[in-house]
Amino acid sequence: MKPSSPRRAGPKQPLEIGRSVPRIDGLAKAVGAERYAVDEHPENLLWAGVKRAGAAHARILAVDTARAEALPGVFKILTRKDVPGTNRQGIVHKDQPVLAGSVVRYPGDPLALVLAETKDALARALDLIETRLEPLPAVFDPDQALKPGAPLVHEGRPKGNLLLGSTITTGQGRAALKDCPARIRAEFSVPAQRHGFLETENGVARQDESGLIHLTVSTQAPFRDRFEIGHALGLDPMRIRVVAPFLGGGFGGKDGSTVQCLLALAALHADGQPVKMVWGREESFQAGYTRHAARMRYELGAGLDGTLMALSCRLTLDTGAYAHLGGEVLALAVEHAAGPYRIPNVHIEGRAVYTNNPVAGAMRGFGVAQVAYAMERMMDLLAARLEIDPLELRRNNALHRGDRNACGVTLTGSTGMVDCLTAVADHPLWLSRKQWTAQTPRFKRRGVGLAAVHNAMGYGRGLADSAIARVELTERGTIRVFSGVTDMGQGNATAYAQIAGQILGQDDSMIDVVQPDTFQSLPSGSSAAGRTTYTFGKALITACETLRAKLFARAALMLMLEGPDDLAMVSGAVRHLPTARDLPLPVLARMFTEADRTAIAEAFMPVAKDNLTSGKEFRIGFPHLLFAHAAHAAFVEVDELTGQVEVEHYLAATEAGRVINPQSFDQQVQGAVAQGLGYALSEDMKFQEGRVRADSLATYVMPTSLDVPDIVSLPCQVEEPSGPFGLKGVGEVGMNGPLPAVANALASCGIDVRHAPLTPERVLEALAGKKPRRKQ
Amino acid sequence: MILRFTVNRKSVELETEPDCRVVDILREDLGLFGTKEGCGSGECGACTVLVDGEPRLSCLMLAAQLQGREVTTIEGLGTADSPHPIQSAMALHGGVQCGFCTPGMALTAAEFLTRQPAPDRLAIREALAGNFCRCTGYQKIVDAVQEASLVMAGNDRKKKP
Ligand code: FES
Ligand code: FES
Repeated sequence: MKPSSPRRAGPKQPLEIGRSVPRIDGLAKAVGAERYAVDEHPENLLWAGVKRAGAAHARILAVDTARAEALPGVFKILTRKDVPGTNRQGIVHKDQPVLAGSVVRYPGDPLALVLAETKDALARALDLIETRLEPLPAVFDPDQALKPGAPLVHEGRPKGNLLLGSTITTGQGRAALKDCPARIRAEFSVPAQRHGFLETENGVARQDESGLIHLTVSTQAPFRDRFEIGHALGLDPMRIRVVAPFLGGGFGGKDGSTVQCLLALAALHADGQPVKMVWGREESFQAGYTRHAARMRYELGAGLDGTLMALSCRLTLDTGAYAHLGGEVLALAVEHAAGPYRIPNVHIEGRAVYTNNPVAGAMRGFGVAQVAYAMERMMDLLAARLEIDPLELRRNNALHRGDRNACGVTLTGSTGMVDCLTAVADHPLWLSRKQWTAQTPRFKRRGVGLAAVHNAMGYGRGLADSAIARVELTERGTIRVFSGVTDMGQGNATAYAQIAGQILGQDDSMIDVVQPDTFQSLPSGSSAAGRTTYTFGKALITACETLRAKLFARAALMLMLEGPDDLAMVSGAVRHLPTARDLPLPVLARMFTEADRTAIAEAFMPVAKDNLTSGKEFRIGFPHLLFAHAAHAAFVEVDELTGQVEVEHYLAATEAGRVINPQSFDQQVQGAVAQGLGYALSEDMKFQEGRVRADSLATYVMPTSLDVPDIVSLPCQVEEPSGPFGLKGVGEVGMNGPLPAVANALASCGIDVRHAPLTPERVLEALAGKKPRRKQ
Repeated sequence: MILRFTVNRKSVELETEPDCRVVDILREDLGLFGTKEGCGSGECGACTVLVDGEPRLSCLMLAAQLQGREVTTIEGLGTADSPHPIQSAMALHGGVQCGFCTPGMALTAAEFLTRQPAPDRLAIREALAGNFCRCTGYQKIVDAVQEASLVMAGNDRKKKP
């Protein structure tokens, strides 16, 4: 039975769409009862860990495990020769070895997998493994990596170190720039960012007597994991079971194999014993995925009235040693490079480049957080040149529904960019910004900056974005939703309970949501791309409606009615309205066979149908049809003596369709803004020869409670007709605004920094009037 | 060594190495998985427990330092059936997202509220500055601590009319 919880104080009411509901997992987490993957601690377990290369680029001459193997407590040590199958993992391009055998491509490459009886023995064994590596010339800079004669990260590729490149051209392309009365040119760069989830990559695996491999992993994609493991290790994916409890954060960093293939490999060699792997924080930094560092060169042209006419830009992303999702991140960077604006002529060139740096991949704002910085700075530079109010410049050029975006896609979905800008423009904080800056204390500067951003939803064209929902009337007469997509903290499980509650008229004590388990729930894609609640939610609506129809049909039989009309779902029962008779759900449940108590339905996300002439290189994930929108305003105060930037106030207006749960909506906005402020002001992984220099939470500076102000979240609800109850995904868009908004705020008080993060050093440099310097 | 201490008002005795980390003893020996490890090096605050009523980072404490002391973990602060006001407030007011920082956050806040029963937002932010949260942006956690302080003040008034 569920405990009495604060969320059940007061009269029970059915869960509903649009009402703030505390998340269903909130109390269990607050009392420390929720079990994460890392809390799996079976009896008799073996600890697994990986020996990492340490070198950036090298030929592997030998991996000598003899001394380590002799250590008491060491169960087994595996190297490349023990890996069955292709040994290749990767979501789209399978170029990453489970265990490297011939070449090291970045310092995090795994060379040996140790299984030991204790953590101590594991640590000592890892130290005792000797590797002989013959250094190869390495490359750490994506521009250098594209030069002829640069060391090749992967041999034998026709395009050398270019993982993927593409150019989008619409209208007259670059040629249109020469006819523009106003032209602005600038260059920007952003560093790699780390997700910084508190629960590091981890999992537990065991092979049972029948040969089945069970994994419990902190993962954003349990269903895809099966196939990735199966492919890499040559196993039948259906012999792999992946269970994904609530995650201690993900943000994209647990989308893709981290511990999965290693754990499955360990389980194959553990004689049935369970194996547990938990990455330390430093290992998570070095071997986990990062946000792509990027260089961006922009040229923007407009009429003297500020009407945007042409954009030409070149984006270079450092994808690191393996492809992972580099091509797909590039696709979104290119797609969003022109911002949420109408620009008739564009030439957008994008390149994702291999280097010997850590592997870059998905992170909240997937390629968009980078380009939003460049484009939104360009808008302010243009506004300053033309002496137009930055907000009006944005409002006048913003995309509306029915417009064609810069890539040529007709926006048929909800497009609330102007609504967001208007919400900011009308807010008292914004209206009083001049008074606020006028009261600047001595030795300080105050500035207010704006950013208008958008973020695509879903996988985009080229890959079906679908989900299959399963909902069941349990034997006890309660409703159980089998979620197929993990809840990494975004609150989708609660949204599912609300959807089921809305349709089936039940309160939260009658509904539970089972977290993904590939043996119980059905394939529903990854917890990513702002598509989770949209796609699964759509499927769940149909499943719940199907279940309701079944309940009515059975109730009609039991109540001896002629048909299922005049019935309604009420709390714990089906009611026949004319006679006021209630049939309790537990009674009704007994009318069903087990197979019949379940309803299953699937849904797909719509895709853009426009026939585009460019961008063909992006086979997956380009273009998108639906976007969430946001307008952010940052109010910053800079200390002229220290260069320290304080964000004093923050406005975030967000349009993501209809709001399903205002509390979750605000949480997503505030959390994304905080992460974005870290990206803006302090977070920089600092690579040196492929090694992460800022590899602890002491050196990699994430915002604390003192660094993030209260954030005013303004919902701008524009119903999205294709969405479940009119919603779209809100998780990502908030990440894209803070860096440009803060940078624009700094620029508005005379501090023009073109390279993120906007650290005190760079601020002081700009204050001293030095030219903005390129990031090292 | 034989280690004797109290955890959540129960006495415990176990055989352990003196340099075993307290976070491991709590989680792996005692099955108190509510205590989380986020960094293992004293930076994130996820592993916070109360030792003799004071917030301590259990990843930096060793078994020997626990001898004879009294530990409160998140499980001892309150349960789902009778949560501590800060636990209810965190759940109700959106202070919990992924929830991995929550136990450490809740213990830090609970102890802080005993010292400062009616704090303003800045004081709360200062008290929580040693606990990272990557999900919430802190705002709703601060809201929750404020709400809990009101509830606790109300409870106090009820106790002594
Ligand atoms: S785990 Fe102890 S402070 Fe991070
Ligand atoms: S709720 Fe995820 S770290 Fe705080």
